Amino acid sequence: MKRLLAPIPLAAIVVTAALIALLAYGLTTSGTDKSIDNAVASGKRPNAPALTLPRLTGGGESSLAEYKGKVVLVNYWASWCPPCRTEAPLLERWHQKMTKAGGTVLGIDVLDTTDDALAFARAKGLTYPMLRDGDGKTQGKFGLTGYPESFVIDRDGKIAALQRGAVDDKFMLEKVQPLLEAQQ
Amino acid sequence: MRRLAALMLVLALLAPGAALAAQPRASLADIEDEVMCQVCGTPLNVSDSLQAQRERAFIVRLIDQGKTKQQIKDALVAQYGDSVLAVPKKSGFDLTAYLVPILVFLGAAAVIALAVTRWRRAKAASAAAQDPTSTPPGDQRLRADLERYDL
Repeated sequence: MKRLLAPIPLAAIVVTAALIALLAYGLTTSGTDKSIDNAVASGKRPNAPALTLPRLTGGGESSLAEYKGKVVLVNYWASWCPPCRTEAPLLERWHQKMTKAGGTVLGIDVLDTTDDALAFARAKGLTYPMLRDGDGKTQGKFGLTGYPESFVIDRDGKIAALQRGAVDDKFMLEKVQPLLEAQQ
Repeated sequence: MRRLAALMLVLALLAPGAALAAQPRASLADIEDEVMCQVCGTPLNVSDSLQAQRERAFIVRLIDQGKTKQQIKDALVAQYGDSVLAVPKKSGFDLTAYLVPILVFLGAAAVIALAVTRWRRAKAASAAAQDPTSTPPGDQRLRADLERYDL
């Protein structure tokens, strides 16, 4: 025991323990955040994370807070993602419908070049507002695991539903439509 | 004097060419091992995801436009942020990638310094033990007793 407490073995033990602790910390903090999924699954409506990003077109920045009072479908997408291509026309159709009832689709283009994103939006005829998250820094706030993913934000700025994967009409009718009707 | 002027003229004409020659044309292979595929979390040269392919196409477009390696890396950062570069971020947990080697180096230096000090101290003690002029107090007393009794 006395030998173990000598300065050199003690230093080696401390360094090894510190490296193991560092490794453990790195492993535990690199996992996906499931807190939104868990809260929504248990019937709660967690607050939507604060989000301020540059607009894809028109310049300047925009934040999610600006849409408070509206039903917002936040849709994370990328021009290189095949399911996003399939999903885009449906989102545009629903955006037209939502606009009339005090709602909107809000696209967030991630890990993409501006040119590719604009070409995608043009090709698909997308008119809903788009933000750009080039380095994907906001993905962690929503615990993103892939693309596309969508989050339904109610008029109070709370997350009412989410879809990890492409949305379809069934999802929109079940999760978005009731929120749009609730205002009227 | 005329020769010197001619030499100066030749050097002046060659200088821009030499500067251009010093900056080789950018290549995909040279750049893609220094940037990341952000979806995969791996360097671009070992990634083949759809996002990696788009990133590669973006680099090739810029190479075709005659951009230098640094200009291309700057353009990548402008599109994808600092995290596109294959170096750890200088904030958050990634900061440990910079700090750990420094701390390990300092720790190792401290251990070596301590070991050298102890080794030198042990060596000095061993030398003192072998020195005939240096006697422990017990020896001195014995020698004094022997002298006193004159045996």
